[in-house]
Amino acid sequence: MEAHAQSRPVAPRAGLHLPGVGTGLGRGTVVLYLSIIVLLPLAALASKSFEDGLGSFWAQATSPPAVRAYELTVICSLIVVVINGFFGTIIAWLLVRDSFPGKSAVNAVIDLPFALPTIVASLVLIELYGAHSPFGIDIALTRVAVVVALLFVTLPFVVRAVQPLLIEMDREMEEAAASLGAGGFTIFRRIIFPNLLPGLAAGVALAFARAVGEYGSVLLFAGTLPNTQVSSVFISTQIESGNENGAAAVSVVLLFTALAMLGLIRLFQRWGSKHERSQGAGAGGLTVMPMSGNFTEKEADDENR
Amino acid sequence: MRTASPAPSRWALRVVGLGYLTLLLLAPLVAIFYKTFEHGLAPPIEAITSTNGLHALKLSLLMVVIAVPLNTIFGIGCALLLVRHKWKGNALIDSVINLPFAMSPVVIGLALFLLYGAKGWLGPDLAEAGVEILFSVPGMVLASIFVSIPFVVRETVPVLQEIGTEQEQAASTLGANAWQTFWRVTLPSIRWGVAYGVVLTTARVLGEFGAVSIVSGSRSGETETLPLYVKKAFDNFEFPAAYGASVLLALLALTTLLAMNVLKRKEDA
Repeated sequence: MEAHAQSRPVAPRAGLHLPGVGTGLGRGTVVLYLSIIVLLPLAALASKSFEDGLGSFWAQATSPPAVRAYELTVICSLIVVVINGFFGTIIAWLLVRDSFPGKSAVNAVIDLPFALPTIVASLVLIELYGAHSPFGIDIALTRVAVVVALLFVTLPFVVRAVQPLLIEMDREMEEAAASLGAGGFTIFRRIIFPNLLPGLAAGVALAFARAVGEYGSVLLFAGTLPNTQVSSVFISTQIESGNENGAAAVSVVLLFTALAMLGLIRLFQRWGSKHERSQGAGAGGLTVMPMSGNFTEKEADDENR
Repeated sequence: MRTASPAPSRWALRVVGLGYLTLLLLAPLVAIFYKTFEHGLAPPIEAITSTNGLHALKLSLLMVVIAVPLNTIFGIGCALLLVRHKWKGNALIDSVINLPFAMSPVVIGLALFLLYGAKGWLGPDLAEAGVEILFSVPGMVLASIFVSIPFVVRETVPVLQEIGTEQEQAASTLGANAWQTFWRVTLPSIRWGVAYGVVLTTARVLGEFGAVSIVSGSRSGETETLPLYVKKAFDNFEFPAAYGASVLLALLALTTLLAMNVLKRKEDA
């Protein structure tokens, strides 16, 4: 690959060279900014959690209430991504392949959970599905409330991950299948679904990551009772009661979960871009997905060609 | 043109998909406006224009005014570096930028709390120098910057990749220096992507609750942003205030959605 890159005629100025940017100074500034804002606080967090040694960290990270919080968080998040994976795919399909009055308004409303502050979401969900529910459904301060709050905040992820794939999907395969006598469901199962899978997987992973860390929307609606405490709420109650080491230990566990999910999403997106080479560019404008671009050297070469 | 599904199944999908959206998204949106203006315009307006309400609004705007420009400048510079300049560290920078997307805001808040707290690495020295970060505005600004770092970078990178370098090279061949090329060629081509990122950054900063709540101490009239004001008003059973501030935030969210749509269209055009 290296030899190939060198043999290609290269323009004398491959791209824009800002004064400062691209030189050591620009790179240094970026690294310094990220270090001060992101890395230094995370280092302080890690150091606090391991302050009293690995054994103490392990004891704090796996204390019975912490484990109960992980279990609730993970189970609720799994339920949520399955439900939103199902409905999100249907909604994406409606937005791409169907036409109905008000479609562009529906398309715009999908992003509401991205824009609406989580604490407002929590307040509104209490109003709708709490003690004074107009539907007579009172699920506030229960585990169901955790699920509903997480459904709300993670709805856009699957829709926005699947949508670009559906837009770019080649209709010919479906038409060929239909002409060979395949029914609607068969076409979906054998043709559409396999093509959507990389995007769906990335969207689900992103939704899962968001669900595991969610705090504001769960806080008021599900409350801080011991049996409705997700990990984030557990951390905040530990901070309030002065157990900083315990809070830090559980935070480190969540941090590693986040890193693992980001790694997984990266894998799914590689898979997706192998599947459909043009997906990366398509996803960028439409979604709030992280890593809409991959920064491998090969890709940079492709762009400069 | 043939349709992939026959009509009945299409109707079923519409009912399921749109019904789900109605229950999950539309009903909450309607409910909040209904609840707020149930007893007329006066109570929510009174609540927002109270001393603490106005202060919360001002503080929220202050967060935006500081965090958004910083993350925009950083975001454009960082995107240029990632796309146009190969470097071994790019993959690592990319991963760090994505972290705030996947991290719990509470964890972000705690990390800042532990760094700048009384027993933290920097807290004691800064306190000695008279600099107060935790439980005051600087800490809240740091939290706001942290949570909103990814947006401008993420929205600018794909646009930069798409426009390529031909025009920039042409400009520099014609004798433009790097700054001229940036202002006259690069920035105009990426402006809608950047603007989209700015809108998302603003929305996130305005709405941030978890991280800011941990580093702020949430003192009314001092370190309370609008989301924190909503939470406190709700806890104190001051519902008109909670709903009034919520509607204000919801209106800002709707403005954000509108801006996102306009920008998306411009970007695609």
